[in-house]
Amino acid sequence: MTTTQPTASALSPLRGAAPPPGPRRRPRVSATQWTALGFAAPLLAYLGFFYAYPLWRNIDLSLHDYNVRAFVQGDAEFVGFANYADVFASPIFVTALTNTVIFTLASIAVQYTVGLALAVFFRGSFRLSGTLRAMFLVPWLLPLIVSASTWSWMMNSDNGLINSVLRAFGGDGINWLTSPDYSLTAVIIANIWLGIPFNLVILYAGLQNIPGDIYEAASLDGAGPARTFTSITLPLLRPVSAITLLLGLIYTLKVVDVIWIMTTGGPANSSVTLAVWSYREAFGTGRPDFSPAAAVGNLLIVIALVFGFLHLRFQRRQDES
Amino acid sequence: MIAKRPWWKTVLGLVFTALMLFPVYWMVNVSLTQTSDLRRNPPHLFPVNLTLDGYEAVLQQQLPALGTSLMIGFGCVVLTVLIAAPAGYSLGLLRLRGRTTLTFLLLVAQMIPAVVMAMGFYAIYVRLGLLNTIPGLIVANSTIAVPFAVLLYTAFMAGLPREMLQAARVDGAGAWRAFTAIVLPLSRNSTITVALFAFLWAWSDFIFASTLNRNGDLIPITLGIFNYIGNNTTQWNAIMATAVVASVPAAVLLILAQRYVAAGVTAGAVKD
Repeated sequence: MTTTQPTASALSPLRGAAPPPGPRRRPRVSATQWTALGFAAPLLAYLGFFYAYPLWRNIDLSLHDYNVRAFVQGDAEFVGFANYADVFASPIFVTALTNTVIFTLASIAVQYTVGLALAVFFRGSFRLSGTLRAMFLVPWLLPLIVSASTWSWMMNSDNGLINSVLRAFGGDGINWLTSPDYSLTAVIIANIWLGIPFNLVILYAGLQNIPGDIYEAASLDGAGPARTFTSITLPLLRPVSAITLLLGLIYTLKVVDVIWIMTTGGPANSSVTLAVWSYREAFGTGRPDFSPAAAVGNLLIVIALVFGFLHLRFQRRQDES
Repeated sequence: MIAKRPWWKTVLGLVFTALMLFPVYWMVNVSLTQTSDLRRNPPHLFPVNLTLDGYEAVLQQQLPALGTSLMIGFGCVVLTVLIAAPAGYSLGLLRLRGRTTLTFLLLVAQMIPAVVMAMGFYAIYVRLGLLNTIPGLIVANSTIAVPFAVLLYTAFMAGLPREMLQAARVDGAGAWRAFTAIVLPLSRNSTITVALFAFLWAWSDFIFASTLNRNGDLIPITLGIFNYIGNNTTQWNAIMATAVVASVPAAVLLILAQRYVAAGVTAGAVKD
């Protein structure tokens, strides 16, 4: 799954939901409602079978003591919240939580800053600006395995390009992926690269919605570029910025593949995040341990939902104003 | 805006783009490098004595994986459109009661980490015998695209004039006929955006493939690359050649359907 997948918010149907004008007889309305229900039926069935049921299975996993045998036979012992207690007590928990916070905050801070700088840069049209902006989408469209393995090879200790550049300038090579001191930095760098396009596209679209007259008025009043940026661009872009950062946060929390492909969370847990930890417990070792993995996963859902609700409340408030 | 087009911005823009796309260039460069030159220090910045050995290896070893990925991608597109288009019609035009709650649920659904879904699906598929099957992967991958697709269709269809439906009814067309003959053709652009993302996400998926299809005979290309890295770390030219081939759909879509891509990324995040 891509780190930054676009979310369509269906604000418009909620916004324009005024009852249809014109006379309407009651039986008609309910007939239309039955038709509406018919058209929505596949989706409702889909959500039930392929969202609610897997999620319920996941909660079920986290409350039982499942191993592979119990998995097939379905006779796992009910243990209540013991798996959650084990997760919190585990020494990996603190490491994973700290890494998650560092990974998420560093990624979105840099992605946003670079994305905004590029969006401002691309704002005034110049020759080739459209084409170049499209080229910036490439990292986002590539399959993650492609980007992650390219970065792995570039960061290879002995034969990687980055180290050979460092050595050419008289520095020492760095064990990007194999040293506990650098592995987290390495995956953050790759993840930032992946996220810049998403930030650029959204912030650029946000900039397009700021009327050009305001900039013209500012330049007539003698405001320089710095002043224009702090007094016009930043404040008017605030709603878009908030959404970009919140979406970035929600997506970055979920990231597994970049880290798993580059370092598998190692060495010595130095690049393990909560999501990677969950993946590793369930699928990453020879001995799958689904119950703690599910517990960590559910914890992750709770964290994502907290920020998700913030996002929704924010959008609604913005919608009302 | 001022009509002047400063050339220095073009130059600077080219530099930024080159920096950003350097890893992509490097992937292509390594894919064309002779195996004996892979460990050269410093490496050649341009493909000197380029070779197609890497691509030959792709043709010999990865064709089935490419076919599997194509099948999963197309299956995912069909499933997503089949579910999302009628749902969008119901939510956006027929104004299903409870649509506010449903859209809310779809937004929440997009926040659920894929790892969690993967574990849930694993638990279900073990019993149903759907592990290591293509239909199993199609269904799992579609969960990434369906909420997005429904919301996109709903937003678009809610903007269609409802009088149109009434006019269709006067002409004797039922809701189904209005949907297939009027609404669907008008929603062509939304369908393209939905299909494009559904395909791309399914094609790029790693998490579901690596959990639900670990021991399958037919593995998708993402897993093909991953296994490659695990098995022979010396042949990076072959790995990178596979990566280049796996990037082809993304490149094609970017060239052919760039505006649909941009429409999909910004959908919802920015109000117009």
